[in-house]
Amino acid sequence: MELTYTDAQRAFRDEVRSWMRDNVPATPLPSFDASREGFEAHRAWEAKLNEGRWGMVTWPDAYGGRGLDLIRWLIFEEEYYGARAPLRVNQNGIFLLGPTLMEFGTEQQKARYLPRMATGEEIWAQAWSEPQAGSDLAAVRAKARREGDEYVLSGHKIWSSRAVYADMAFGLFRTDPDSERHHGLSLILFPLDAPGVTRQAIHQINGEHGFAELFLDEVRVPAENILGAEGQGWKICMATAGFERGLMLRSPARYQVAVRALVALAQSRGDDLDPVLRARVAEAAMGAEAYALSIYSTASRLMAGGRIGAEASTNKIFWSELDIALHRTALDILGDRAELHPGASAAPDAGNWLDGYLFSLAGPIYAGTNEIQRNIIAERMLGMPRK
Amino acid sequence: MQFVITEEQQMMTDMVREFLAANCTTAELRALAETGKSHDAARWSAMVELGLPGALVGEEAGGLGLAPQDVIGLVTAAGAALLPEPLIETMGITLPALDQFGEAALLAQVMAGEAQVALSHPAAPFAEGADSADAILIFEVDRVLLCPAGSATITPQPGVDPLRRLFAVTPGPDAQILAEGEAARAATDHAQEIGALFAAAQMLGIAQRAIDISVAYAGERTQFGKPIGSYQALKHHLASAQVAVEFARPVLQAASAMAASTQDAYTRARISHAKYVCGRAAETTAQTAIQVHGGMGYSQEADVHFYIKRTLSLRNLWGTETLHRNRYAARLETLAIGPDTLFNQEG
Ligand SMILES: Cc1cc2nc3c(=O)[nH]c(=O)nc-3n(C[C@H](O)[C@H](O)[C@H](O)COP(=O)(O)OP(=O)(O)OC[C@H]3O[C@@H](n4cnc5c(N)ncnc54)[C@H](O)[C@@H]3O)c2cc1C
Repeated sequence: MELTYTDAQRAFRDEVRSWMRDNVPATPLPSFDASREGFEAHRAWEAKLNEGRWGMVTWPDAYGGRGLDLIRWLIFEEEYYGARAPLRVNQNGIFLLGPTLMEFGTEQQKARYLPRMATGEEIWAQAWSEPQAGSDLAAVRAKARREGDEYVLSGHKIWSSRAVYADMAFGLFRTDPDSERHHGLSLILFPLDAPGVTRQAIHQINGEHGFAELFLDEVRVPAENILGAEGQGWKICMATAGFERGLMLRSPARYQVAVRALVALAQSRGDDLDPVLRARVAEAAMGAEAYALSIYSTASRLMAGGRIGAEASTNKIFWSELDIALHRTALDILGDRAELHPGASAAPDAGNWLDGYLFSLAGPIYAGTNEIQRNIIAERMLGMPRK
Repeated sequence: MQFVITEEQQMMTDMVREFLAANCTTAELRALAETGKSHDAARWSAMVELGLPGALVGEEAGGLGLAPQDVIGLVTAAGAALLPEPLIETMGITLPALDQFGEAALLAQVMAGEAQVALSHPAAPFAEGADSADAILIFEVDRVLLCPAGSATITPQPGVDPLRRLFAVTPGPDAQILAEGEAARAATDHAQEIGALFAAAQMLGIAQRAIDISVAYAGERTQFGKPIGSYQALKHHLASAQVAVEFARPVLQAASAMAASTQDAYTRARISHAKYVCGRAAETTAQTAIQVHGGMGYSQEADVHFYIKRTLSLRNLWGTETLHRNRYAARLETLAIGPDTLFNQEG
């Protein structure tokens, strides 16, 4: 183990830091889930990032990246969050579909989709879940029928994040009408403004419409929009879910920056801070640090040729539970102000803890619920009997 | 930045793990406990043969010249095997101290398997196996003493772990002062850091082993016509335990890589972090193991009771959980924090 950054890595950090200092908007952008205006402001930010070639630093140059390794990606993320740069409106594209395309896409698909993803010209939504297929994703019913050189899509998708304003979606469809469970499924890309797509916003717990229901009625897309071969959908989705849970979805810096704010909040209480709350602040900070160390170790292992396996499920449980504990601690420090929105005059220092707390409650649900992750850990990592 | 175990480090760990699998089974530990002893002479000789007690002593003094990060895997393996002989303390603290204070003759004797030195420290006051030691190394807040066994007064302090024979120690008039004042304080502090780091490693080993034996038991034991391991409640308990282990391990590894300089405030905080989370992981896991074993878990028929007992001592030795959490909290309040400080060290 050699836990010091090289000079080149330090220089890279400085480069990111100075670009962020010069470019991160001074006032936070309006939420991308609350209005078209907020969404477009974030799209403009993605374009700006791309001008600096910061869209996705691990991608090859040809697709708008810099061909950097995972340690540099982590350094980038640290500086990105440290600068309080806007959340990535295209995260489902760059962190989920991007790596999936890189692994399973054809050259044409990579050239067609990745550069536009990097510039924010095309913002992506993930359309996998259905009303009857949540945890049990293999119960997907939405169909894709092959007609000549087109697929015709029909069905009902739900909980699709960003889909209210996004441009494109990657969906899971049953291409073989006689198939069951995880057989006969395919991953197909479709424009969200195609004829036959109806989107209906769903209000989330915080009142914003962060996800949508999608009704697809005979939506026609070119057959080349299939990712991988027909019937390979399940395998590809599981690979995507691996990136999602294992590494990319939640970078450690997010929690480390939140901890920095939590410690500042705690210190603003001075000696009045209850020792129990001080202990909880310490535990939250330990959690954020442990998660970061774990991701550095995973990144090092991947760079040495290793792969992510079922242990990705332990990550997802860890960060989601950490996120809740961290925000709960902040709310408990705020006490009777915790319920107030940042705008309330009685809560000048309440910050965004309430919003963060509400959002943290989704963590154990999305990307596969924590119960499902525990099943995966027990059965695939520990080898416990399925039945 | 390379956060990976090297091949040599892995080989060392594997070698010791295999040795322990062959020579330190729980059946052997039970037999040893029956005799009322806690050390097995043959096993100790074999470990001496492998050069393990002197692993951290410099090569010029006859040791292996390794660093804490090179042995952290073997310490974890020793924890998992519940190794009763004082390898970890001897390797981590006693011999490096004898070396530091110029006790070359005694150092050579211990490395040759000809002498045993027991250990007492403010953060681990009861000397394990003091009744069979030739000398006792006593760290006090501002003195370090070496006391010939015959000159110390030792009083047995029976404890819960059948494989830890504990004694309160009062040094006698023949005790030799190895260090005083600032030098002693520094040595005592350093010993506590290494003690905490290695206790954390042993607890991580215990945690993983307690999960493994529980998974095995849950696969064999049937109730309602099915293996109990097929029930989701038990799966989820064990999955949660595994999560705790997964996020304690990298902290421990990072702490071991930083432990070459235990004066450093960032290093100390990380050792505290490791001690805290490895202790938590061992506690949760050992409790879960008892629950998974049902009535068996509350008996001495199965092995599980050994794990909770060893955890009980390790969690409180070399600084209690509260002490380490407070140390970590103080680090948050006094040193730089934020994503770019993850691998900070002073100087
Ligand atoms: C904020 C947010 C964003 C999301 N974004 C997207 C998106 O962009 N695209 C998309 O496709 N989906 C998205 N989802 C959907 C998400 O993947 C599903 O909500 C999730 O998989 C659970 O499915 P469900 O809601 O149908 O709940 P259910 O599957 O009905 O689960 C309800 C409860 O039952 C438990 N349960 C179910 N089966 C089992 C079992 N076998 N063992 C034990 N417990 C079980 C669950 O753990 C849960 O606690 C999002 C969800 C949220 C909250």
